[in-house]
Amino acid sequence: MAVLDNFDLYLRAFGYTFFLFVVAGLLSLLLGTVLVAMRVGPIAVLRWAATTYVTLARNTPLVIVFAFFSFAAPVLGITFNWLDVHIGRFDFTAFFGAAVVSLTLYTSSFVCEALRSGVNAVPLGQAEAARAIGLPFGGVMTQVVLPQAFRASIPPLASVQIALIKNTSVAAVFGVAEATAQMRAFTNDFASERTAIFIAFALGYIVIVELFSALSLLLERRYRAAAA
Amino acid sequence: MSAGVLFDAPGPRTIRRHRIYTVVAGLAVLAVLAWIVGSLYDDGQFAYDKWEVFLTPKYLQVLLVDGLLNTLKMAALAILFAAVVGFALGVGKMSEHRFVRWPSWLVVEFFRAIPVLLLMVFAWYFIGINSESASFWAVVIALALYNGAVLAEVLRAGVNAVPKGQREAAYAVGLRKTQVMNIVLLPQAVKIMLPSIISQCIVALKDTALGQYVLAPGLTRVYKQIYLEFDNRIPTMIVVAGLYIAVNLLLTILATYAQKKFVGEKNPIDLTRAGNMDGGQNTGGAA
Repeated sequence: MAVLDNFDLYLRAFGYTFFLFVVAGLLSLLLGTVLVAMRVGPIAVLRWAATTYVTLARNTPLVIVFAFFSFAAPVLGITFNWLDVHIGRFDFTAFFGAAVVSLTLYTSSFVCEALRSGVNAVPLGQAEAARAIGLPFGGVMTQVVLPQAFRASIPPLASVQIALIKNTSVAAVFGVAEATAQMRAFTNDFASERTAIFIAFALGYIVIVELFSALSLLLERRYRAAAA
Repeated sequence: MSAGVLFDAPGPRTIRRHRIYTVVAGLAVLAVLAWIVGSLYDDGQFAYDKWEVFLTPKYLQVLLVDGLLNTLKMAALAILFAAVVGFALGVGKMSEHRFVRWPSWLVVEFFRAIPVLLLMVFAWYFIGINSESASFWAVVIALALYNGAVLAEVLRAGVNAVPKGQREAAYAVGLRKTQVMNIVLLPQAVKIMLPSIISQCIVALKDTALGQYVLAPGLTRVYKQIYLEFDNRIPTMIVVAGLYIAVNLLLTILATYAQKKFVGEKNPIDLTRAGNMDGGQNTGGAA
């Protein structure tokens, strides 16, 4: 069977998928948090900028965001040619960098919305009490509201991150040799085994998704127990 | 919590501080915008000949008919089939018979966990990569299966969101199981589901762009044709993205309207949960 005979290629492809997910996932959490602070904050200009950004990013197909970073960003002087890291059998090059940035910019707008739903779920009294003891906006957010909002938004955040796992496949279109690209190559070379190949790669994604989903359920339970 | 509770009504010093922040932030935003527009301008991206094609009726027609219309056709067909698939799987998941419920659950979980693009590539090779219509149908089938699986979850959540008394009253007046579902629960569930279904249309529409990988028709193909002919990749990208955004915003407005008209302020179906992988178990939130 094609996949078993080339199992090292299969693993390497999912390795890229996994790295894309982890790096873009962490960065999108960071950027999403900044965006949500801008969106609920007192400075109108920032609120407006964050809202515009989220609306645009959420309504643009991810393929076009990728296309932007492959073709328009170089005009702005943003290139990833400096990125040339080789760890073991993985090469992290310009394609990988552009993919991470595209995935991050796209996903962080969804992270922002997930967090905003979490902020909305924090009881009113929490913010009022925080203000009453004299905390400024930054203090209210970092000390009181956001920690609770993070817990309330674990389920939506988890589904945003699961969507990200699946979205890493778009990197295939733009030259990263991750799982979907590898699947297309295998299917091309071993046409008669296409169904087996498809199932093998589908299982790989299902394993990553289910592992992450189990992890997020665990976190959710733990925080719910802590809050009760 | 509205944003207003997160900070006090500002006093005179805070107002002064905020004014400084506003100026600094405004300048920063302007600087970023100026940098983007300026770099594009210096590169000649705003030159007339790069945009002329979008003012030429013949090419506008290509863009709107071969591009947008094909994309909308793929998305509409996908959603139509997805509704059928979603209905079958959703009802299957709610079945009282284990041998119907389990396969439905398995199919839903499978299609929700794999990337649409993977499914699309498989469907493409499966139909036959050489025929012209294959890529069109590969996109439609992949989107129908994925969105159908999500809509199955939406349907289940919608039926569960109908007040319990409705089902009990229907049984009490002597309706049979199928009648309870068809006459009482589903008509009410569809109303609740409408905004979520429209949101799913946005997802399907955006995902048609993935068709680029399987050489599908639509906006992404026209995009390629135009920039290859006129060497105006960035302007074309901006126009295509603008078209996607415009249609999506229209759908968003429609969803908000449907929500206000049929459901009320709070949506009982939490789409983030329907999209979540924990499947059957409802972990709070959506009642």
